Amino acid sequence: MGDDVNTDYIISSSRKKETPDPQQLKKYLLETIDPSFAGSVQPDDLLVTGKNFGCGSAMEIAVSVLLAAGIRAVLARSFARTFYRNAINNGLIPVECDTKGIHEGDRLIVTLGEQAILVRNETSGQELVGSPFPAIILDLVTAGGLVPYFKIHHDFVA
Amino acid sequence: MPGRTISEKILSMKSGRDARAGDLLICAVDYAMATDGSAPMAIDYFEQMGGKGVFDPQRIVFVMDHYSSSAHEATMALQQKMRDFAQKHAIFIHEIGAGISHQLMLETGRTRPGGLLIGADSHSVTGGSLNAFATGVGSSDLAAAMICGRIWLKVPQTIKIILDGNAPEGVYAKDIALALAEQLGADGASYQALEFHGPAVEAMEIDDRIVLSNMSVEMGAKAGIFGADARTFEYLKDRTTERLVPVEADPDAHYVREIVIGVSSLEPRIAHPHAVDKVTSLTAALGTPIQMVYIGTCTGGRVCDFHQVLGILAAAGRLAPGVQLLLSPASKEVELQLQEDGTLEQLRQLGATITVPGCGSCCGTAGPIPADGVNVLSTANRNFKARMGNARASIYLGSPAACAAAAVTGRITDPRKLQN
Repeated sequence: MGDDVNTDYIISSSRKKETPDPQQLKKYLLETIDPSFAGSVQPDDLLVTGKNFGCGSAMEIAVSVLLAAGIRAVLARSFARTFYRNAINNGLIPVECDTKGIHEGDRLIVTLGEQAILVRNETSGQELVGSPFPAIILDLVTAGGLVPYFKIHHDFVA
Repeated sequence: MPGRTISEKILSMKSGRDARAGDLLICAVDYAMATDGSAPMAIDYFEQMGGKGVFDPQRIVFVMDHYSSSAHEATMALQQKMRDFAQKHAIFIHEIGAGISHQLMLETGRTRPGGLLIGADSHSVTGGSLNAFATGVGSSDLAAAMICGRIWLKVPQTIKIILDGNAPEGVYAKDIALALAEQLGADGASYQALEFHGPAVEAMEIDDRIVLSNMSVEMGAKAGIFGADARTFEYLKDRTTERLVPVEADPDAHYVREIVIGVSSLEPRIAHPHAVDKVTSLTAALGTPIQMVYIGTCTGGRVCDFHQVLGILAAAGRLAPGVQLLLSPASKEVELQLQEDGTLEQLRQLGATITVPGCGSCCGTAGPIPADGVNVLSTANRNFKARMGNARASIYLGSPAACAAAAVTGRITDPRKLQN
């Protein structure tokens, strides 16, 4: 995927008016950019994109549909802030790193550490370092998202 | 320590800390807003989180704007789910036809200087026009805020935007916003706040400041904030009884960047399909055929916008053959005012179709959508492919005056040439 992929492209507003169920919506994932994309996604695939991924509408369904399609992490040069928040809150891992050298079909291993996020490209041998998560975000990611976090804490614990 | 920006000051008050750009803080929210586009999911999250009650029903607002005139069974069920939840928790709900959430958050006096407002919709940044820190979030953040009244926020760096000079005749706030998108790009202010200063700001009506705050998210900004002045107080005078305390930036506040826009020499702008930052002068787009004109949305659906449009339409006396003109007032208050002063009646007689106040055709969810191959010129804030519900249509963005000029000529036309 290229730069500035907006949330309307991830899932169109006019599709989601029919249902908020990501399982039903996942067949329309990224249809505006590539109608064959949704059918090509395999479980545990990673989505690799350019800059400003998830710009535009703050609709959270964009994240839920990616997760429903089996995508666990998105690698981007940068994210729009609402998409980034929504990803963290739902347990979709947003990895901010230089994605230029990654090609379709490369096998990637993402390791979340406290100091940094490491991305190892097993196909090319390239190692990338992603921006680390600040403490509260790491707490949310570790909990699996905002829902499990709130089930435990019922509030934000600073 | 240098002085603080407006964002740093507001987030300091809301977190009880000395908030500086880059800090991650837990902040108390004044209002949490959700629409029929985001509330149904927020209710699901609320229940999954084990939410029992809301922190303060007076500080939560539901608005039915995205699907205001939808006729789909599933959509009706989602709206009903909102009504049921709102009733159970005594949350105020603006019903279908009341208007667009962002306009209502201003009109109802909930947006005030120094406030922290979150809305589960990206254009919640609109509230910055009244000196509040207002930002968009998703449904899960909204659900958490409904439970505890708080949110984690990263204090943004601020870009100081100086609007220098005075806008010449025929150049509007929308042109300034598009010029800013052209200069900054779709991610030029990512994770950052815009703070508007300069002589052109002082001269600017609140309705025009709203346009700039509203469009700031199209550059990735977290907030687009103005200071408060006599115009702010005048706007809020009959809308709230709360004491209003303006929040000013310190003279030695630290800005990450400073951008000066020479408004005096600015030409009208047009954004081309399918990106808000794909901007040229209107002159460079002259003659582009237009088959649908849409005037409304949280960017360009206020009283002054429709007055401008009527001026141009009335002078021409008719629409160009083959042009469909759709109008959606941003709120019922706007609609009633236009009805009272006769504007709506005249616009109808001139051939406009007027739809229910709300998001209307902007995001393809309520109201007519463009046909295949149609070029639309719209006052909205977004022109992504399929934004209005048809991927085979092309959306251009411009000022209300530019839209009206296209409605009477059938192509992109300089409104200044018509007004003379």
